[in-house]
Amino acid sequence: MQYLELLKNMSLVQWAFYFLSVTTLFGALGAVMSKNTIHSVLYLVLTFFSISGIYIMLNAQFLAAVNIIVYAGAIMVLFVFAIMFLHLKGDHHGFDNTIFVSALTAVGILGVILTLAIKKAEHFRVDVNNFNPKIGLIENLGDVLYKKYLLPFELVSILFLIAMVGAVLLAKKEK
Amino acid sequence: MDIVLIVKSIIIVTIFAVSLGIAAYETYFERVIAAFIQDRVGPDRAGPFGILQPLADGGKLFFKEDFVPTLADKWLFILGPSISMLTALMSSAVLPFGDTLNIKGQLIDVQGMDVNIGILWVFGIVSLGVYGILIGGWASNNKYSLFGAIRAASQNISYELAMGMSLLAVILVSESLSIKAIVQSQHGINWHIFHQPLGFMLFVTCALAECNRTPFDLPESENELVAGYHTEYGSMKLGLYLFSEYINMFISSAVIASLYFGGYNYPGIDVVHDFLIKQTNDVTGHNIATGIGILVFFLKTFFFIFVFIWVRWTLPRFKYDQLMNLAWKWMLPLSVANLIIEAAAELTPMPFLASWVGLGILFLAYIIFRPLFLKRKLKQNLQ
Repeated sequence: MQYLELLKNMSLVQWAFYFLSVTTLFGALGAVMSKNTIHSVLYLVLTFFSISGIYIMLNAQFLAAVNIIVYAGAIMVLFVFAIMFLHLKGDHHGFDNTIFVSALTAVGILGVILTLAIKKAEHFRVDVNNFNPKIGLIENLGDVLYKKYLLPFELVSILFLIAMVGAVLLAKKEK
Repeated sequence: MDIVLIVKSIIIVTIFAVSLGIAAYETYFERVIAAFIQDRVGPDRAGPFGILQPLADGGKLFFKEDFVPTLADKWLFILGPSISMLTALMSSAVLPFGDTLNIKGQLIDVQGMDVNIGILWVFGIVSLGVYGILIGGWASNNKYSLFGAIRAASQNISYELAMGMSLLAVILVSESLSIKAIVQSQHGINWHIFHQPLGFMLFVTCALAECNRTPFDLPESENELVAGYHTEYGSMKLGLYLFSEYINMFISSAVIASLYFGGYNYPGIDVVHDFLIKQTNDVTGHNIATGIGILVFFLKTFFFIFVFIWVRWTLPRFKYDQLMNLAWKWMLPLSVANLIIEAAAELTPMPFLASWVGLGILFLAYIIFRPLFLKRKLKQNLQ
């Protein structure tokens, strides 16, 4: 009964958040568990989509749009493209010991990180009254990126350029 | 209920209905224009001048047998056309069809929503659109469908880059991602086409490629791939694929009109606005002026739809290597050059003059370096 009351009192934002969380987890689980590679990739796209929804709920519209364009729109399309082209059937070995150990390690590390993050979030509680709701919008993001963090930003772009040149070099046949 | 909410929902439903209606009549006009270009009669049976032809087509598609091939992936086979249709319809949400309406003292935008990532929304949805084709083509479990799907994916990714680059130049000049703000920055006759003719040409070419229209309709080239990604489709599922192409055409025409041709702006918009307010009163005059703006916007959109159809029945299809060469060796470098020229021109005191001078220099450089380039290519071919 208590839970029913809780459900009744949930606001629209909470409903949206829980819906998006469930779809994110559903997509992630589907990506790991499905036997077909294409299905996995499509589940992953669903995950990216719901994560973008969560970004929008955090009022980070630019991040949401870029997440969709870059990850769901470009990288995942390339993934699907490569899988279709190479006809990867997906080698399913089942659960052997190495996978079990690595999964356990990953979950452990994730658990530690999450606990720390939650601890930290309680420390720096956001001041609801003085919070600037426009902080995630592109104007502010650009301001911060091109003023405060100009050097790291430029360095990252140089890194991208190098990676791109490297990819082209690798793809080119030797003469 | 709040008056703003009611008017807003009416506007949203209207936008939805209008994009479906326009898409339906695009199919009719496509056939009429094709008939005119090929010196035929065209559809003339259903109603006067064949004007009920889209209804007849829709009815036919609905009553055909809805069927899924045995070896197809059933759910993905159904999901493919659904995603195509969904993504096609989603992008019209951020397009400003007109200026504001004044209803009971409230100014309401004639637009689904004015988000501050407007154009990125359209771009993201367009980049998702390819999933419909990819999923459908793969799920059909047919070689030709798969080839069509793969072609669609590679083509969309290649042309998205040049499209994004030419878009950046527009964003740079209008200093906003919101389409409403981009349209407002082209007030009167200060349209972006006059500043960035090269960017406009690149954008239109990319829009053609993104819509999989001829000369870029390799995903469904019938002489190589039977019917491409929708070989296995029939009935309304095929209808959804074909229909989503026409909706995409309408959306891209509307986007081109608002990015480069000033959306609802026309020369002398302020004069007309003031005149109408003087003739009637503040509210009615403003609303009539907005109505004229909406009409102008649709005229521009229809013009670009006509251009799309015109191109389809005029130009032959590209070969696949030509398509890729055009995207990566011509359009991408050109769009980067366009971006640099527009960015440099923005810094000078006279951006308009500077951008034209920059484009002129680019053209001159092309003419000068072309013989060298050709010589090198000839040498490579000889070796």
